Amino acid sequence: MSVLPAAFLPTLVRRERASLAATLLAPPIALAVATILNLGLYVLLGRDPIAVVHAMLLEPFLSWTSFSEVLLKAAPLLLIAQGLAIGFRAKVFNIGAEGQFILGAIFASAIPVWFPQATGQWIWPLMLLLGALGGGLWASLTAFWRVRLNANEILVSLMLSLVAAQLLNYLLLGPWKDPNGFNFPQSVMFQYDAMVPILISGTRVNVSLLLTLAFSAAAWVFMQKSFTGYKLQVGGLAPRAAGYAGFNEGWAIWLSLLIGGFAAGLAGAAEVAGPLGQLQRSISTGYGYAAIIVAYLGGLHPLGIVFSALLMAVLYIGGDNAMVSANLPIAAVRVFQGSLLLAYLIAVAFVRHRLEWPRAAVRSQS
Amino acid sequence: MTDPLLSLRGISKSYGQIHANQGIDLDVAPRSIHAILGENGAGKSTLMKLIYGVEQPDDGTAIWEGEPLSLASPAQARRKGIGMVFQHFSLFETLTVVENIRLVVKGRTADLTERIRTLGRDFGLEVDPLAPVHALSVGERQRVEIIRCLMTNPKLLILDEPTSVLPPQSVDKLFDTLRRLRDGGVSILFISHKLEEIRAICDHATILRGGRVTGNVDPRDHDAHDLACMMIGRDMPDPMPALPLSGGEKRLEIIGLDHQPDDPFAVRLSNISLSVRAGEILGIAGISGNGQSELASLISGEAVLPREQRDRIYMMGKDVGTLGAAARRQRGFAFVPEDRLGRGAVPEMSLVLNSLLTAHPLGLLRHGLVDRASARALTNECIRQYDVRTSGPEAEAGALSGGNLQKFIVGREIMLSPKLLFVAQPTWGVDIGAATAIRRRLITLRNEGMAILVISEELEELFELCDAIQVLHHGRLSPPLATRDTRPEEIGRYMMGAHSSPEKAVA
Repeated sequence: MSVLPAAFLPTLVRRERASLAATLLAPPIALAVATILNLGLYVLLGRDPIAVVHAMLLEPFLSWTSFSEVLLKAAPLLLIAQGLAIGFRAKVFNIGAEGQFILGAIFASAIPVWFPQATGQWIWPLMLLLGALGGGLWASLTAFWRVRLNANEILVSLMLSLVAAQLLNYLLLGPWKDPNGFNFPQSVMFQYDAMVPILISGTRVNVSLLLTLAFSAAAWVFMQKSFTGYKLQVGGLAPRAAGYAGFNEGWAIWLSLLIGGFAAGLAGAAEVAGPLGQLQRSISTGYGYAAIIVAYLGGLHPLGIVFSALLMAVLYIGGDNAMVSANLPIAAVRVFQGSLLLAYLIAVAFVRHRLEWPRAAVRSQS
Repeated sequence: MTDPLLSLRGISKSYGQIHANQGIDLDVAPRSIHAILGENGAGKSTLMKLIYGVEQPDDGTAIWEGEPLSLASPAQARRKGIGMVFQHFSLFETLTVVENIRLVVKGRTADLTERIRTLGRDFGLEVDPLAPVHALSVGERQRVEIIRCLMTNPKLLILDEPTSVLPPQSVDKLFDTLRRLRDGGVSILFISHKLEEIRAICDHATILRGGRVTGNVDPRDHDAHDLACMMIGRDMPDPMPALPLSGGEKRLEIIGLDHQPDDPFAVRLSNISLSVRAGEILGIAGISGNGQSELASLISGEAVLPREQRDRIYMMGKDVGTLGAAARRQRGFAFVPEDRLGRGAVPEMSLVLNSLLTAHPLGLLRHGLVDRASARALTNECIRQYDVRTSGPEAEAGALSGGNLQKFIVGREIMLSPKLLFVAQPTWGVDIGAATAIRRRLITLRNEGMAILVISEELEELFELCDAIQVLHHGRLSPPLATRDTRPEEIGRYMMGAHSSPEKAVA
């Protein structure tokens, strides 16, 4: 048989061991590659790349005000991503954090909408708690059908996000519409006690940032130290080993989805009880989806996710800046996010594998 | 001496850091049955792949019938007259024998059918050319593989562990075929680690150890003990004598178990009954694929019986059929599964974390958090006691060789000091020294009063270990046969289904 053309193509070969240096270097390299690619794109669009870089990657750090906006943006991303990462390590792919975020916002808004006159410092903590419950409840729909009928959690959670968006629309156009709101689809403005206290005066950064950091620390302990976290990881890496050891798969699915839903719901509650101050249609600018990128970019590691959440928040804020100052189209930020994820996934593939070119067959000399 | 048919000089092959073959010299004489003897990992398979053109050597020369030989592919090897029968067959089950052969040999179906019949008559390879492969026994399938090789008139036939899948009766028949082939002018390279077989049939043996040739002998001049010493490079420990049975309490009892698994390709189990007492080893013999994995997962609790099926499986006197794996382990059950990577161990996790998998009740947890120091200590203890060759407790399980990982898993399960230990294929892929150590350990534990159930394909192993043997065939289990009063041939008859079902004895 003659040599096939396919024999000239390189094949991916698994490395015996992924080096720590390569693992740590992969995200920065992916960021650099994505940046260069996107700058090329901006040049093709006829924009000044230097102005874009300045607006996108530098301006967010240049003033305290804009950096505080980065922190404000990073908080929900970080919270959702930490919750999702736990599920992803268990190979439970909750893609519906967006819907769980919306349900969290709706549940939290119930108190100020129904009791607009209520006062007292108990209101905002109760709202956050309700929000977390709401997110968990929404995620539990996915968990139930996955465990009961083995319905794919990716599809169910993703489609439930669309349902959640419609539910929000219904409330804002119907029963929860502000009667004095000139027919805008939004709720009443929340009373003072329904707002999460400001953490740093002069900015919009509030106490939920501390909650987020506490949740991150808890996620670290849970995944790196606890036996429950270990069981989830075994289920993700080798499901048959989990079955062999007697770890309950259904329980792992429930736990993974509930943690993810809880975190996303909490983030949604913190958003309406924080910078927004009312329930609106635009409560989420795709946080639930961006958090998936954040989780993977952070290597699904609680510490890595802190950095990737900050990076993603910088891209959001910087993208807005660039839209104004460098006249960048609105889709550019999404393109950047997408190419960043793509570059990272390719980088990770090369951390675990290497290319092997076919060697010419050894000919013995006669 | 006549000129050799195949002559290798200084053949070397490395995979990364691993030197699979180093400076191998090998001469295969015409009309000989030549054994390649070595433990798992000694480099036998690599050498055969180099000869058959599956891989290319890094260094060295090969002479074939006096001419230099270089092979880029198995197809080239076949054209030169080298054929190979792999351990795992590559036949399409939905096609008939002759259709399978037509895929590699040109010719009209009628002619091929006739040639298959002729070859069958000449070499004792009887098989119906028009039978679909799925209806054939393992022995018959192997014959089809051999016939397929013979169709190309090879001068050298490589057989990779051909007897590992056969019941004893079929082994004799295979040997008869091989002798006839040799007398017909074909040389045979016979890969094995079963010493008695090699002594029975081979004219010459080349012994490999750690990728190098360590001996070239006539196996008929040496006893099995000598050959084993050459193979493992040190003296072999003697088998442990088993103490007579004490008649302890029943630790595992299965009563009339019927089970139809969800998977349509899985084997249906019918009317399975067995019991294992304290201080007893029960062996389950049989060729893989007769219901072993289905039975194993029902005993381990990885598969659970529906609620209606009560009173089928008892452990330590309690009905456990509907309980999961964790609940059964809590009652003092431990299990070594047949697949190590991905089931008995998580390949991407370190050995420390793999200890945690089942040994966490041994004080490795504190308030729900992992006590890494204790886990490390336990892992080190397991590595030391069971002679696991590894760079340390932080090595990933996937980086260990099959045999070493098996030693680790066996060690971990024994350290749980279970009342009932279940071991599936205890020594698959384990080198002979470690296999002997594992078997001695099992007998020691039996003598100390543990109840042990072993599933194995290797009859010799079961005869060495067990007090009684039951044979699994087509999802049915034979009555227990006391090992002392039973000959391997009797077990073999059960393995072929001669007792348990009315169908004709095939293979």
